[in-house]
Amino acid sequence: MSLQDKVLSSSEVLNFGGSGFRSLDDIKELEGGREGLNAFLAVAEPEDLEACGQGPLEGVMVALKDNICTKRLPTTCGSRILKGYRSPYEATVVRRLRRAGALIAGKTNLDEFGMGSSTENSAFGPTLNPVDRSLVPGGSSGGSAAAVAAGYVRMALGSDTGGSVRQPAAFCGVVGIKPTYGRISRYGLIAFASSLDQIGTIGATVLEASLLLEVVSGHDTRDSTSAEKPVPRYRDAAVQGIEGMVVGIPTEYFPEQLDPPVRALLDDACERLVAAGAEVRPVSLPHTEFAIPCYYVLATAEASSNLARYDGVRFGARLPAEGLDRMYELTRGNFGAEVKRRIMLGTYVLSSGYYDAYYGTAQRTRASIAHDFTAAFNEVDVLFTPTSPTPAFPLGERVLDPVAMYLSDVFTVTANLAGIPGLSVPIGTVGGLPLGGQLLGPWWGESHIIAAAGALEASYREDT
Amino acid sequence: MNWEAVIGVEIHVRLKSEYKLFCSDRAVFGGEPNTHICPVCIGLPGALPVLNSEIVDLALRTALAFGCTIHFESVWARKSYFYPDLPKGYQITQFEHPLATKGSVTFPGSKGDTSVKIRRVHIEEDAGKLLHDRVPRASAIDLNRAGTALVEIVTEPDLRTAADVRLFLGELKQTLEYVGASNCNMEEGDLRVDANVSVRRSGSPRLGNKTEIKNVNSFSGVERALSLEIARQIATLEAGSVVGQQTLRWDDHREELRKMRSKEESHDYRYFPEPDLSPVRVTQEQVTTVLESLPELPRVRCSRFKKVYELRDYDAEVLTQSAANADYFEELVGIHIDPQVAAKWVVGPLQGLMNQRRENAQTVPVRPAQIAALIGLIERGVVSESAAKSVLVILAQEGGSPSDIIEARGLMQEQDIGQLTSWVTEVLAKRSEEVARYRGGESKILGYLVGQVMQSSGGTADPRLARDLLIKQLRNE
Ligand SMILES: [Zn+2]
Repeated sequence: MSLQDKVLSSSEVLNFGGSGFRSLDDIKELEGGREGLNAFLAVAEPEDLEACGQGPLEGVMVALKDNICTKRLPTTCGSRILKGYRSPYEATVVRRLRRAGALIAGKTNLDEFGMGSSTENSAFGPTLNPVDRSLVPGGSSGGSAAAVAAGYVRMALGSDTGGSVRQPAAFCGVVGIKPTYGRISRYGLIAFASSLDQIGTIGATVLEASLLLEVVSGHDTRDSTSAEKPVPRYRDAAVQGIEGMVVGIPTEYFPEQLDPPVRALLDDACERLVAAGAEVRPVSLPHTEFAIPCYYVLATAEASSNLARYDGVRFGARLPAEGLDRMYELTRGNFGAEVKRRIMLGTYVLSSGYYDAYYGTAQRTRASIAHDFTAAFNEVDVLFTPTSPTPAFPLGERVLDPVAMYLSDVFTVTANLAGIPGLSVPIGTVGGLPLGGQLLGPWWGESHIIAAAGALEASYREDT
Repeated sequence: MNWEAVIGVEIHVRLKSEYKLFCSDRAVFGGEPNTHICPVCIGLPGALPVLNSEIVDLALRTALAFGCTIHFESVWARKSYFYPDLPKGYQITQFEHPLATKGSVTFPGSKGDTSVKIRRVHIEEDAGKLLHDRVPRASAIDLNRAGTALVEIVTEPDLRTAADVRLFLGELKQTLEYVGASNCNMEEGDLRVDANVSVRRSGSPRLGNKTEIKNVNSFSGVERALSLEIARQIATLEAGSVVGQQTLRWDDHREELRKMRSKEESHDYRYFPEPDLSPVRVTQEQVTTVLESLPELPRVRCSRFKKVYELRDYDAEVLTQSAANADYFEELVGIHIDPQVAAKWVVGPLQGLMNQRRENAQTVPVRPAQIAALIGLIERGVVSESAAKSVLVILAQEGGSPSDIIEARGLMQEQDIGQLTSWVTEVLAKRSEEVARYRGGESKILGYLVGQVMQSSGGTADPRLARDLLIKQLRNE
């Protein structure tokens, strides 16, 4: 079947790709067995599947990262502090999914509050990578990426604060899209770092990730940062082709240290873009090297504030103690080590006397990074980079080395800092492990990066 | 050598908005605990604030009433601290970039007109409330108040005495009510005051160490707390000691200041820009519209009343204390009632009636046209002033027109000389002692005798005619 030849209807989307759909019982059986991935923290019961609308996702099972609020299923953020928490209200994206006919299959595992790059920081155990169970699936949306890669569901929602949709999509060999900041309502997404958080979509194919994006995008009066922009038919963009598109290759994203096989796959992908009709040219994003420190100052500052509400007073876990301060201390002891580390960092960078040196500098750096992209997108339509410097790494390898863990986000955090859309698409394997290529676009340029990813995907499909 | 106090105040004012600042819950006082709450104002995970723009207009009214400079872009900030009545662990407020700065308030101080500079006016959300008497051995939390809209008004340290602070706050409150920014209901905590105070040698340019008095919700409380604190600082300095920087909490019941635990005052609020909200953007047109809709402020109106209507100071001040009274008065003048007479009626009988009925000039059922008709009837001699006051009470209870009431109840002023003479004769016969005193030269007793005639007539006698007849009979006999 040639993708370019037709605009696909929803039923064709569902049948596309060959692998059939699994039932809730299948998912439970797979997850419960010895081969279970621990991708799901909760699987819906049949009675949880509420009657839904007739839309483009009619009857389609969609998994949700467990930091998206649902009424029927608990929402834990992978944290002991929210163990068993049931939100009395539902996230805007959940309402949109049901209106489009989707069925919520369950809630997927994540690094606690989205803080991590391997899903090993979940209080409920790590998720395994379905490609190789000794490897991490990436993070923090590792459960969603693994669930799609394992074929439990064809689509899932994640959230991406510094690469948390794109990097696990790359590690698991599926497609992940982080749209422009403000494209999807954050109402009901439990905040990690509000100015960087964006819900993203994961699909087995570019078309599926794009269709899901189309369904959940759009303005929401409950989120002041959501944009009043019309939503294009992203599913059409997936098959529109890239004749004449100008693709920039930012030199800063191709450092010397990249493994030769990784570099070879990236070069091959560039050739495929050219073969599909694009023009490729080098560009420079000179402030890239400051992105990681900048990101970790801003993200931890916002996190320290966003996580203050988990104080044991109104919801979630409370450890009883004599006196208010002791209750706060014991209750907040429920946070895992990485979350505590980031709260401490964030509290420090916001404290008086340090604010300007850290937060102030980071804000200015953020503006410079955004400006780099603005300048680049005056020259090119999209940018092509690796999603992550390496394929999936072994479980446990980086748990004790937070800086090494942070560096796996080196190519993805810039899109969150600049607010621009980014997408990861499989570009082959290194030693049997999937590698992801990242496409970055200007603000509201989702259609461009989807088109480029669709062209790459079609090119690889022709190989087989 | 004399000591001088240097005082600045911060006033938290609850705005008169129907809804909370960032959600669609109603902002109501009282009510069953936790009945006006939603995911946003109780800080549930994933909920996000959305600005209610009605509140920006109310805050603009406040800032413009004090002549502040409005900033076309002001930025929300998070102020972080842990307390059980603060659901998110931070308060959304404005910090580096407030809505307005640089205004002033002039008020009649103890040494004449006094000016206080306003440093800034910003918008913020309120916290909930701890209830200590609901549950044994525990505190309960009511979040109905959480997320309601406040403005914080911060003055420069321009005040010098506790008494002036109280007068200043009175002026501020009057202005806020006037422009319709707040109900200023003190019992409901609509105005809460913090004060910074230090003491120095009179005329010294250097400031002393200051202390902060927190959480006072009555103006008399502010005055008493400041008086005590100023005296304490002076005594400390005169004993050769140093005033320590500290925060004090005013205990209204015990009338004393208590030091807050040092932990409570050592907050580092870790302010940073609120990422969930865009800056507040105000246009010049919006400012102009609000300015045009602002009513004349009390002090301006008071001096106009004195100048244009030639009212006594007292009447002008009493009338302009509430915008509703002043409006009522001007409505009367507008229907051709002599300003002096109109003022007398609003300040006197009407105010009495409103106090008795616990109503104000907007809600009192007797409208200006009815009072005007009544005054007309007095001027034409149809009804006596004392009878007119009873007519006023009946008007409030039953409504209708004054002339109908007067006719139905026989309250017409009696001018029939025969009838009047018979009342006069009757009084003189009964009050022989007073008659003798009058004739012995005590002419002031005449007023008493007129009153007796009025009483005999049930208030209907024409007092002028009664008086003439009394004099005639007293002299002629
Ligand atoms: Zn609310």
